[in-house]
Amino acid sequence: MKRSSLFLLASFLLVASFLTAQVRYERIANADNEPGNWLTYSRNSLGHRYSPLNQITPANVTGLKVKWAYQFPDPRTEVSPIVADGVMYVTGPNSAAALDLQTGRPFWKWSRPIPPDYQSIGFGRVNRGPAILDDKLFVATLDCDLVALDIKSGQERWSTKVADYKPGYSLTMAPLVIPGKVVVGVSGGEAGIRGFIDAYDAKTGKRAWRFWTIPGPGEPGHESWSGDAWKTGGGSTWVTGSYDPQLNLVYWGVGNPGPDWNGDDRPGDNLYTCSLVALEGDTGALRWHFQFTPHDTHDWDATHVPVLFEGEVRGKKRKLIGVANRNAFYYALDRETGEFIAGRAYAKQTWANGLDDRGRPMVIPGNEPSEEGKLVWPNLNGATVWFSPSYSPQTGLFYVAVREVGATYFKREADFKPGTFFAGGGEQTLGGDDEWGAIRALEATTGRIAWEFRLKSAPWAGVLSTAGGLVFGGTNEGNFFALDAKTGKPLWDFQTGGQVAANPIAFNIDGRQHIAVSANRVLYVFGL
Amino acid sequence: MGKRLFESQCALCHGQTGGGGRGPNLHRPQLNKAPDDASLRKVISQGIQPEMPGAWQLSPREVKSVAAYVRTLGSIPLEPLPGNPSRGERLFKTKACDTCHMISGQGSGFGPELTGIGSKRSAAFLRESLVAPEAAVPDEFLLLDLVTASGATIRGVRMNEDSFSIQIKELNGEFHSYRKAALKDLRKLRGKSPMPSYADALKPEEMDDLIAYLASLRGNS
Repeated sequence: MKRSSLFLLASFLLVASFLTAQVRYERIANADNEPGNWLTYSRNSLGHRYSPLNQITPANVTGLKVKWAYQFPDPRTEVSPIVADGVMYVTGPNSAAALDLQTGRPFWKWSRPIPPDYQSIGFGRVNRGPAILDDKLFVATLDCDLVALDIKSGQERWSTKVADYKPGYSLTMAPLVIPGKVVVGVSGGEAGIRGFIDAYDAKTGKRAWRFWTIPGPGEPGHESWSGDAWKTGGGSTWVTGSYDPQLNLVYWGVGNPGPDWNGDDRPGDNLYTCSLVALEGDTGALRWHFQFTPHDTHDWDATHVPVLFEGEVRGKKRKLIGVANRNAFYYALDRETGEFIAGRAYAKQTWANGLDDRGRPMVIPGNEPSEEGKLVWPNLNGATVWFSPSYSPQTGLFYVAVREVGATYFKREADFKPGTFFAGGGEQTLGGDDEWGAIRALEATTGRIAWEFRLKSAPWAGVLSTAGGLVFGGTNEGNFFALDAKTGKPLWDFQTGGQVAANPIAFNIDGRQHIAVSANRVLYVFGL
Repeated sequence: MGKRLFESQCALCHGQTGGGGRGPNLHRPQLNKAPDDASLRKVISQGIQPEMPGAWQLSPREVKSVAAYVRTLGSIPLEPLPGNPSRGERLFKTKACDTCHMISGQGSGFGPELTGIGSKRSAAFLRESLVAPEAAVPDEFLLLDLVTASGATIRGVRMNEDSFSIQIKELNGEFHSYRKAALKDLRKLRGKSPMPSYADALKPEEMDDLIAYLASLRGNS
């Protein structure tokens, strides 16, 4: 072979290896082909947070040990990392890092200052994770920039202003990648924002579409508002959604109406707050919506990771979507049409006599927040909240971390002033041992509870299920633990020393299965 | 005005009555990050990064009124009481209260510390604690009966607990830690207290003296 041919071959191999190290969309769409990586927020775009890895099992899980740890500069890390081709990508508030999967040592770090006049109105200064596509890592900042970083250097490829943070908008969620686009949602539901879901061109950062969660004049759904209430109607979109590549539909949860606890000036259902919306991936056009809590006055955002699964309904296979809602009801819907299939309470609730045959709650009068206060279950954080559920195709079970907390809800006047709380009341929780939690396994098509594992206090951590037959979760008191996915029996636990308020993931290092989770400011990686 | 502003701008995190939530409980006489009124006003207007947003929209007058309201949440005002605190202090020792309670570094730390109890609890609450201790057991003082794997029955106070383990202090002061799954029985005696009633042990005027002494305890500062 001539010298020039050798050079050509070497160049070709170099380019080829560079391309394989890129995360093309097909790799995310076929996530099960590479179970050793974790390429999108919930591992697959269906929202499963399930790992096909099966080396760690009920028989050997007691042998799990810490392999390495990484300390973040900020407390209460809520990140769900991305793992791709030997690198773990993590984020914090306005920061990101690429870590060597073998040692946890950073290859690069990136950060941007948080503007001194930035305020988190109604939530912590957190970031729940990055997204990856091709050669870029996408990070959402608190002051509302969507930033694309070069995965090899951490340098900025592009940066796009999603919204103005001054009136109360913020970005805390992990973006969701769909073919050619990056989808983001906004926080700010306690500041009287008007919410939206945006998609950006992954190559250029140019906005591809926007879906306003509060319809403007002339748009369908606007009639569910009165006067100008829609302008400050809330409807934040602060938790990562899911995507069905076959139907090309993006599923995204919408938050509470504003003001939260005083609905006097917004009579009506207040669409599309406390709803799930199905949007066309190419245009953002609304295909269908389902409202869980019409005219909410308890801050029960429907901001959850929607779980897409196939289930049998009256003898027929259907494409379904499962949501364990903040309002304490579990719902199974048809994900092509939004039709209500089944639903039932999965936690204590005192505000509704169940759901009618279209899935609308049969509300018990007198449970509205009041001047003197009204005790209602669940509390404003809901029976579950932003942290992820998990669905195992192996067991057909939907696993969810449940909060059993009651609170006295108060109603107050609400004055709108941009960039300040626009809440109209609040709550006081019962506190102490009257609050507790559980990991519950629900039959995904019906919501029937299959088992429960009780927790000392109401959790702030998501769950991960694995093909090894395990469910991993975390507690406020620092326990990271594994349960038997079939029975809920506790099999292993480790004291991390900090509150676990994050979602676990699973991946391979050198072909061996590992589990990672954050606890306060430390990310732990466990292996056998 | 302070209460109204607190309820609209602070209560989301600190609870509608200041009892805590995402943010800390403010029903305490001393706020670690705001020891005096000037620092409290600064915390309210500028926040505590990264967790607490500042209330930049409030005028200095409004900030002052919120600070004044927050102060009322944490401290029980001094009230005129019939007893004699000096006699009460002597009774505290002669009745052996210090075998369980510590005041300014003196006594035993088995029961709740009383160094600043007068700014946390009203005279009526203090009286109830002495007459019927089990009607006024503080939330953080939980008595337990547990049976170990070997069958031993142990009574103690819960020092800490998570979903998998529990840490206790026996009545003799010894610490123990157990895996909950390994216990044969674990009973939480909510509303139970190891403290006896002093209703019969104290004459009415002695009761007044002891309450006056406890109410006078406003902390070390």
